Amino acid sequence: MSESENIAEIRRAVQALCADFPGAYWREKDSTRAYPGEFVDALTKAGFLAALIPEVYGGSGLALSDAAIIMEEIQASGCNGASAHAQMYIMNTLLKYGSEEQKQEYLPRIATGELRLQAFGVSEPTSGTDTLSLRTVAVRDGNEYVINGQKLWTSRAEYSDLMLLLARTTPRESVTSKTEGLSVFLIDMRKVVGNGMTIKPIRTMMNHSTTEIFFDDMRIPASALVGEEGKGFRYILSGMNAERILIAAECIGDAKWFIKKASDYASERNVFGRAIGQNQGVQFPIARCYAQMCAAELMVHHAARVFDTGGNPGAEANMAKLLASEASWAAADMCVQTHGGFGFAEEYDVERKFREARLYTVAPISTNLILSYLAEHVLGLPRSY
Amino acid sequence: MKIIVPVKRVIDYNVKPRVKPDGSGVDLANVKMSMNPFDEIAVEEALRLREKGVATEVIAVSIGPDKAQETLRTALAMGADRAILVVAEDVEPLAVAKILAKVMDEEQPGLVILGKQAIDDDSNQTGQMLAALTGRPQGTFANTVNVSGDEVHVAREVDGGLQTVALKMPAIITTDLRLNEPRYASLPNIMKAKSKPLAQKTPADYGVDVSPRLKTLKVVEPPVRSAGIKVADVDALVAKLKEIGVAA
Repeated sequence: MSESENIAEIRRAVQALCADFPGAYWREKDSTRAYPGEFVDALTKAGFLAALIPEVYGGSGLALSDAAIIMEEIQASGCNGASAHAQMYIMNTLLKYGSEEQKQEYLPRIATGELRLQAFGVSEPTSGTDTLSLRTVAVRDGNEYVINGQKLWTSRAEYSDLMLLLARTTPRESVTSKTEGLSVFLIDMRKVVGNGMTIKPIRTMMNHSTTEIFFDDMRIPASALVGEEGKGFRYILSGMNAERILIAAECIGDAKWFIKKASDYASERNVFGRAIGQNQGVQFPIARCYAQMCAAELMVHHAARVFDTGGNPGAEANMAKLLASEASWAAADMCVQTHGGFGFAEEYDVERKFREARLYTVAPISTNLILSYLAEHVLGLPRSY
Repeated sequence: MKIIVPVKRVIDYNVKPRVKPDGSGVDLANVKMSMNPFDEIAVEEALRLREKGVATEVIAVSIGPDKAQETLRTALAMGADRAILVVAEDVEPLAVAKILAKVMDEEQPGLVILGKQAIDDDSNQTGQMLAALTGRPQGTFANTVNVSGDEVHVAREVDGGLQTVALKMPAIITTDLRLNEPRYASLPNIMKAKSKPLAQKTPADYGVDVSPRLKTLKVVEPPVRSAGIKVADVDALVAKLKEIGVAA
């Protein structure tokens, strides 16, 4: 596929930046479960995380397809964009539904890197994909909202200044439509951590800085409300499509990394006097993964185009995430197999990327839920849940 | 004051070069290419001088294949103001210097800042040849560059330390590794680079004959390092070093 010179330059620039954060950097962060702050700062300083912010607020005003290229290239370079990707997709809700005051207040400072918007509080212990049953409540009290409840799997909360939070403002029994009654808040976490908000890190099998968050009579100004009260679920949905497309692009980048790593190793590793890549038993799985990745990549580009041209990319974004996460996971498995025992050695980076890549057939939405969406909403089959 | 920065498209420093089977050169098919790292340092230095108000315009020049446009785009994305591409394949340092001398005639820059050498052929000649052809002073292997009035002071990396020379401008400077840390091309600058001018020229436009004067006899891979041996203790190590004659 021929790309514009512009996109090619974006790719080169991201590669050049990522070259300064080699495997050794990520291995060190992984072994101590530390946040890659230097990497996130470098990305921010070079303006990449402000790609979607309009130029008037200090960003570059690019389309989601361009942002997807940035995320893809980060992963293909062996880095981990999960430390920073939320800023890209959270932005969407703020851009579309935030008030002019909120945009003026936050966007320029997010663009310069003074503020990080990396936390997205949606999932709860008793409501993952079933977002509408969430229990965190926000009650209006004069010029404030008082928030009580709990969020789970809120990644990067310890390293973010701002959080986009979804909470119930009207009890489920009192709403006319079940999608009503939820509201979105843009919260300045610096003012509430230790003052109604408690963040507890959760250790996971990879370095992902995820947390659970407790709200205990947390008071926030009423001006933190994004858009209209009660319409939050709708606002979040369009952000979720952006999230799926960007994460699908990251999976494509991961798959490219695994395929290149495996091809290079298979060309150099000699067993029985010749490169193992000369054996079809070794080269066919690599070639198959390449074909699978290319097909998924086309779907990702298609979904991003639908998003950028104002269409509803619900089905496309879901399919892109499904296909890309499966392509990346297949490539991860193939890459370990190609490396044999060395695939398990930390210094090859394969095992780390393997652990990181496993996430995306589960999050931000699992493969089963995508299949049931397609079955119900695209194919017209009976709802299964 | 204008600054001219010549940039070269070379095989990326992370790539392990492979010699072509016929020994005529290095295989460049499907190999990642980037801006010569010493040239990135040169671009950075020029941009810093512009940001200090010493220079007003930074012009990136590349003499190379069509694809060298990418290298120029990178220079523009770092912040250079405009670019000139002189399309020619496999040009030797002398011809490059002759073309650059003509570009200097046209542009009348106060400084030309070049990388001290390109990491592909390691010639380390272009800056020196350009100084000779134009009769202008040169400060090679620059560690620090300071402009004051119509002079530029260049601290040069020489054996055993730094040597500072004062050059009357226009002057030619070549960069060493420690001069600065080049910036990343930023996204806003990549977007701006789209509308920056990139002029296409040929050696004929400058009346320079670029036909090669050197003949490559053969290119070979470096010898493969042979395996080492393990010694039991320090005494055995010292004995071994004496035996092979590296310690007395």
